[in-house]
Amino acid sequence: MSADLLDVCRLLADYGWFADNGKYDEWLGLFAKDCSYKVVPKENVDRGLPAGLIFCDSRAMLEDRIETLQKVSKYNIHTDRHIIGLPRIATVNSDTLLVEAPFSVFQTEQEGDTRLFATGLYRDQLQRNSKGLMVSQKLVVLDSFAIPTLLATPL
Amino acid sequence: MLDFQTGAPKAVTSAIWQRNDYSRVPYRLYHDPAVYELELQKIFAGPIWSFIGLEAEVPKVGDFRASYIGRTPIIFNRDEDGQIKAFVNRCGHRGAMVRRELSGNAKTHTCIYHQWCFARDGKLVGVPFRRGVKGQGGFGKDFDPANHGLRKVRIASVYGVLFGSLSSDAEPIDSYLGEKMPPYLKRIFDYPIRILGYHRQRIRGNWKAYVCNPRDNYHASLLHDFFRTYGLDRTSQIGGVTMDTRHRHCVTWGRTEDEASHARSRETYASENVAGSGLKLREPSISEYKPDRLGDLSVAILSIFPTCIIQQIGNSIAARQVRPRGPDEFEIFQTLIGYEDDSPELTLHRIRQDNVVGPAGLVSMEDGEAVEIAHRASKHEPEGAAEVVELGGAGPISDRDYRANDVTVRGFWSYYSQLLGIEPPGAER
Repeated sequence: MSADLLDVCRLLADYGWFADNGKYDEWLGLFAKDCSYKVVPKENVDRGLPAGLIFCDSRAMLEDRIETLQKVSKYNIHTDRHIIGLPRIATVNSDTLLVEAPFSVFQTEQEGDTRLFATGLYRDQLQRNSKGLMVSQKLVVLDSFAIPTLLATPL
Repeated sequence: MLDFQTGAPKAVTSAIWQRNDYSRVPYRLYHDPAVYELELQKIFAGPIWSFIGLEAEVPKVGDFRASYIGRTPIIFNRDEDGQIKAFVNRCGHRGAMVRRELSGNAKTHTCIYHQWCFARDGKLVGVPFRRGVKGQGGFGKDFDPANHGLRKVRIASVYGVLFGSLSSDAEPIDSYLGEKMPPYLKRIFDYPIRILGYHRQRIRGNWKAYVCNPRDNYHASLLHDFFRTYGLDRTSQIGGVTMDTRHRHCVTWGRTEDEASHARSRETYASENVAGSGLKLREPSISEYKPDRLGDLSVAILSIFPTCIIQQIGNSIAARQVRPRGPDEFEIFQTLIGYEDDSPELTLHRIRQDNVVGPAGLVSMEDGEAVEIAHRASKHEPEGAAEVVELGGAGPISDRDYRANDVTVRGFWSYYSQLLGIEPPGAER
């Protein structure tokens, strides 16, 4: 296995684990200083429409989103479980990798009932620096764009 | 709900109302499948106009788009004469969905099942093997294609906002909307519109709880901490509610606050023991209203009976259609818009500000949770149990020039009861 692929797998594993365990500051720590995070319904992507469900085109906006989640928002009490599929490395250009990976998120509510909450494709731009790989752009293309209930915790 | 003695479905009558001003709303109206069936007949197939989409979604001849009126799937498309035509998306032959795609461009619409072909106005123009093969089979001589077209849907366009009706009894759109609502549509839609995207959300609750939610000014800055924290919408700001004369539609509005008014608001909330978080946004533009052609209203939410909500929250503008999916579920279909002449910076500002709306909206996500917990907890209440709607007082239903009221919720129930034929004696209208 190439070193790149191993590093990408490690990053995605951390990404899902931090999100599912509510470690949102650590989750944020996987993003580069200049970064974007967007969750866009597939019906918008397919039609070339720009609006997303979550549209953070700067690190400041992403930090606001996470702080709002942690301190302000009220949402359904639940557990997330990310199942991230095998990443496909599309291109490697010196320190930049373009990676795609399919994902699903199951949500379990307080009385133990679980539903498939979301599925889609990560389209990531990753940057290699001294600390390893960081997420510089993340586009979550959401196949399941009819959102069940609401979307608060990150995909 | 079944009758205790006979086991038959319990009739839905005016006796359901404890008060004639709709200040108590029985939970049964949110849960009983018999009520839902009645709504499909008397409201959605009845004399109402339903928001179905925007002309801007079908700019060119042949452009079509799928929508719904209640649970009935429809297609609207632009015909050669430039007019929008609409029909029920169900083949006149075996009932299959004629147009399977949600949008596209087409000269005609052909059902895949037996290739029946329909014009843009729904007229049946092609029937394969109509005369059979070599004189054998086919349809009889009395088969007239004119009787088998797609069911037409009445269409009205108000400043490019499309309304459809399944009933020939619906009054003309101008009288349906009344005098006070169209200026609020004009204000937003009477310019070349750019579609920015769509949001969809499925909520396990009743559609009426959701359409009454924006009519309820009370909850806005209490449920939505984001509003209160960052100041886009507060019950203490200057604003009010305006209704049509029948009180079935409404606008709830708030004026942009200046610094002094922000400070007064914070004091008001503190005196009510509603805490603010003291947080500051790193990227404040998400909660900033940059006054553009829409003037000095920072919040204006227009509710058109039954299921249309047009909202401007700051520079985020959207049209919502609430699509019932049974008594216990509905979809919110939201179309986000900007204007053709917006600068790239303004378009980006709108898209950033759209973070506050929709299923992941920093403001609106909470409505999904509120509607679901209300639906869950009220489902098995005994008959007669009812919710309380009397902020701003009970009694007559009228416009208010202050925000601490939910009077337009009672306006909704008043017209709803009229359509279902269940108005209590001496009902407020």
